[in-house]
Amino acid sequence: MQFVTLVVVLILLTVVGFRMGRGRALQVGGAKAAALHSLPNYYGYYVALWCGLPAVALIAIWLSFEPFIVQTMVVSALPPDIQNVPAARLSLMMNEVRQLAASGDYTHASDAAAAAAAERYRSLRATGFAAMAVVALVLAAAGCLTGLRFIHPDLRARNRVEGVVKIFLIASSTVAIFTTIGIVLSLLFESLQFFRQVPVTDFLFGLDWSPQMAMRRDQVGASGAFGAVPLFAGTMLISVIAMCVAVPIGLMSAIYMAEYAHPNFRSVAKPLLEVLAGIPTVVYGFFAVLTVAPFLRDVGATFGLSIASESALATGIVMGIMIIPFISSLSDDVITAVPDSLRQGAYGLGATRSETIKQVVIPAALPGIIGGILLAISRAIGETMIVVMAAGLSARLTANPFEAVTTVTVQIVTLLVGDQEFDSPKTLSAFALGLVLFLVTLGLNVIALNVVRKYREKYD
Amino acid sequence: MQIGGGLPLQRNGQSVERDQKVTASDVNVFYGEKHALKAVSLEVRANEVTALIGPSGCGKSTFLRCINRMNDLIEGARVEGRIALDGQDIYDPKLDVVQLRARIGMVFQKPNPFPKSIFDNVAYGPRIHGLAQTSADLEEVVVTSLQRAGLYEEVKDRLSEPGTGLSGGQQQRLCIARAIAVSPEVILMDEPCSALDPIATANVEELIDELRENYTIVIVTHSMQQAARVSQRTAFFHLGELVEFGDTEQIFTNPQQKLTQGYITGRFG
Amino acid sequence: MTDMVDQMRVSAIAEKVNARLQKRYAVEKRFRFYGIASIVIALSFLAILLVSIVSKGYTAFLQSEMHLSITFDPALIDPDGTRDRATLSSADYAALIRSALEARFPDAADRTGRREVMGLISQGADLELRKMVMADPSLIGGTSKVWLPAAASVDQLLKGHMSRDADKGGQFTERQLGWIDSLVASKDIAGRFNKWLFTNGDSRQPELAGLWGAVVGSFYSLLVTVALSFPLGVATAIYLEEFASRNRWTDIIEVNINNLAAVPSIVFGLLGLEIFLNVFNLPRSAPLVGGLALTLVSLPTIIIAARVALKAVPPWIREAALGLGASRLQMVMHHVLPLAMPGILTGTIIGMARAVGESAPLLMIGMVAFIVDIPAGPMDPSTALPVQIYLWSASPERAFVERTSAAIIVLLCFLALMNATAIYLRKKFERRW
Repeated sequence: MQFVTLVVVLILLTVVGFRMGRGRALQVGGAKAAALHSLPNYYGYYVALWCGLPAVALIAIWLSFEPFIVQTMVVSALPPDIQNVPAARLSLMMNEVRQLAASGDYTHASDAAAAAAAERYRSLRATGFAAMAVVALVLAAAGCLTGLRFIHPDLRARNRVEGVVKIFLIASSTVAIFTTIGIVLSLLFESLQFFRQVPVTDFLFGLDWSPQMAMRRDQVGASGAFGAVPLFAGTMLISVIAMCVAVPIGLMSAIYMAEYAHPNFRSVAKPLLEVLAGIPTVVYGFFAVLTVAPFLRDVGATFGLSIASESALATGIVMGIMIIPFISSLSDDVITAVPDSLRQGAYGLGATRSETIKQVVIPAALPGIIGGILLAISRAIGETMIVVMAAGLSARLTANPFEAVTTVTVQIVTLLVGDQEFDSPKTLSAFALGLVLFLVTLGLNVIALNVVRKYREKYD
Repeated sequence: MQIGGGLPLQRNGQSVERDQKVTASDVNVFYGEKHALKAVSLEVRANEVTALIGPSGCGKSTFLRCINRMNDLIEGARVEGRIALDGQDIYDPKLDVVQLRARIGMVFQKPNPFPKSIFDNVAYGPRIHGLAQTSADLEEVVVTSLQRAGLYEEVKDRLSEPGTGLSGGQQQRLCIARAIAVSPEVILMDEPCSALDPIATANVEELIDELRENYTIVIVTHSMQQAARVSQRTAFFHLGELVEFGDTEQIFTNPQQKLTQGYITGRFG
Repeated sequence: MTDMVDQMRVSAIAEKVNARLQKRYAVEKRFRFYGIASIVIALSFLAILLVSIVSKGYTAFLQSEMHLSITFDPALIDPDGTRDRATLSSADYAALIRSALEARFPDAADRTGRREVMGLISQGADLELRKMVMADPSLIGGTSKVWLPAAASVDQLLKGHMSRDADKGGQFTERQLGWIDSLVASKDIAGRFNKWLFTNGDSRQPELAGLWGAVVGSFYSLLVTVALSFPLGVATAIYLEEFASRNRWTDIIEVNINNLAAVPSIVFGLLGLEIFLNVFNLPRSAPLVGGLALTLVSLPTIIIAARVALKAVPPWIREAALGLGASRLQMVMHHVLPLAMPGILTGTIIGMARAVGESAPLLMIGMVAFIVDIPAGPMDPSTALPVQIYLWSASPERAFVERTSAAIIVLLCFLALMNATAIYLRKKFERRW
């Protein structure tokens, strides 16, 4: 029986449960259901919940643990010499076993043991699934009957049902917390393993980033191979260039739209600027490679400058373009939020519009604008696709925008895309980089959100 | 209730006919389709306090805002007729509105000090118009303005603190000091005391009386008692029309129009 | 006396104000100009981006095909005459093409000639022939003129992207150029609608590379994302807005959500790699995992948008319902939620539009492999549209440049559609309280 079929059958069962519950309630409460505590539908929902919830819980738990259990059983059935192989090789082998089992085609198996293990895996999972299906359906039916037994005019079905719904609502709210916990734990877990092999100080302050070279036996953990400073420098260089593009253009656009523009103009220009925000970053990356980088290279050539085709300048400019709408829409909001009475006061004194803006409005809106810029910096630091496509792979420590540099996000992608050997310092370093990235952007976000919140409190 | 508070200034023991500082002839104001002011004509005399009274929405604030062309800032507002300052039409294209607003200052209903220091608030006007050449000059202007506004003693040792940290009454006096700092000829006040408590109100009213020695003041107020206390001339507006205009004493003791009488006696408000 | 002093004071001040007026107005003009210049610059960036991509990509919608007369020789395809599917499937269709080409160009008799002439047609053309025969075995034994895809290099040459001159990067010999010219002259080679772009999965041959696999992968991912993030997001928003009291826990949840909204998406990819792939052993490159990662990315956005929509429903509606004796949950479900739904849907669609364009987390969980088959369900390995764009942009063949641009055009059209729907929803159902 397929998984989808099982789900469909369960849904049908719950619907049946609902109807039975409702019917029973009407029966017990009299035709008009006047004696019932709650509306008849609630009794239906009550039975449906009794029917469906235990079955769903069972399936969830079963599916979470079954793969692990099955895998342990298959491994224990392997010949002893294979069992004692180092953990990394064993996990590789189990990968193969799983893939073979999934495809059902054992002709590509590396050896007979693998094929046998795959067959065993497959049959165990099939049996497991069948068992689960049976138990789930039995639970559903039993739940249905149990629920029906409780139906009574005094049963506060509505309260019970609403209680379950509330639990669901609360549980949903905890997903956000679990996500954060998950991020922190997964990054920490792998990073700590990494820092066991490479000292933290070497990582944070080392000047030499060449993870490929570190694979040689004598170099693993040797200082200098995982020094992330060139990555931090590259990230900063590109982000600074991006900010130099985005802040002036974004801020002036926001000022014009908020203070000068005719409402018709604003209603056209604002959505158009938002379009810049909606374009996927992979498109920006392609644009950088296709148009911007060659253009800069040619322009540089006419001036006698040699601009690399993966220059930080090209990447930074395109990233800046992507960030413009960020700054312009946040700034527009805070500028519009400045109370009009301040402007009136300035005009009343005979100030021109630009004087009012520069000397009264912007200083009043400054905290919000700064918050917006901080958020934009955080976005620039964490941006991946543009840099992966347009920036280079060579970890160079330089402040020259014409050269190619690499960033933290590029390295995370390069290290993890492709074959992975877990527990090698190479792949673990990606998690360490991810941890640094997460902490830095978290810090920036917290500061920015705080600044914006304090500013809002002042004017609300 | 003292009526017509502050006697007209005398020279040589005789009351002198004051000069016409601001004259309005047949002024109509439209906000889009709405006809907000209908054919208003009046004269504001120099160094006097002229009060504009009337029920809410009668157009007195609209008229006030015409005088320094603040209505220009409102979309769809159209002003017809003639308003003149010292005989010169303020809507004359040759006349610069920025300059006009340096000659005519404004104080608003809700105190609106800039989120800057007290000093910078008062110094703002002189700075942008280039009225003080050196920082010593600027300081002198600020101190004088604060003194004239009756605020200096209270804030003299905290001039660098933000203006928004003062009490409501102090903030309004700060706004008055700010307006005075550009040495205007006329000061327009749009219900300056409506957001203040009675003590602060009394302070500001006293201040207005002192100020009229050097400035011409037009004040919009919805409190008849206030108008009676501070002004020499009063104009009564109703539904966009100027119903009656004359000496304060006469308006309040012997109004010529029935509508005026109805308003003063509180029959409508 | 005082009058004269007054007059002097007034005119002195007026002079000072006048002196600076010109400069101040000049500054004003400049400032205003900067404002408008910024907007113009930003919008011209947008225009340049769109124009450069569309101009490079629109040619990909046409694909050069060769009109060849193929003899479906049964001796080569179906020697036993059984029309057995297995035999038909494994027959050597390339031989048919070779003989047809050699018939068309008799001067390609020598070995280099044979190689060169086969170089004019796509390496996957034999698979196309196979498809035709499997669909319609009656072709066997006869001769028909069929359209087959030309090689990508020929296509690029005819579109003007490749020079004829070998020094300028041309890849053809004189002989090959001569054959191509004769085909053009006899109208046996033409640009026809590139259906493979929309029906095929990825391929090493640019002329046969298509988006369908990526589109289906994106579709399944999006399905998983919507199915998970919409209920979870709305439920969280309802709880936080309507039920939760303001205590430490709800503050923590709120701070969490605001932070998650600003975390770089690659971190979610790392999370997905660690938890979904390593701990839960879900299949790599599956849209299911991609959808799970994207759910986490878009959940904060949906929660925030839903909260705003719920907040916008005025309190007197809630009071009216409660006053009539409805329970809190009933009040929310029957009154508040339906009124907030347009805003919630708009926010969800916009969040989904962002998720469709996201590629960083998908790279981490492995949807970046070269997958030829079209995925049959959310558990099959696949790729997604933005990732396909990334992969194609990294391919060295010249022909992939126009295909990447075309893929971007498709993606942008789809996103425009989604955003337009969201805006239409908002305009139609928005209530002004």
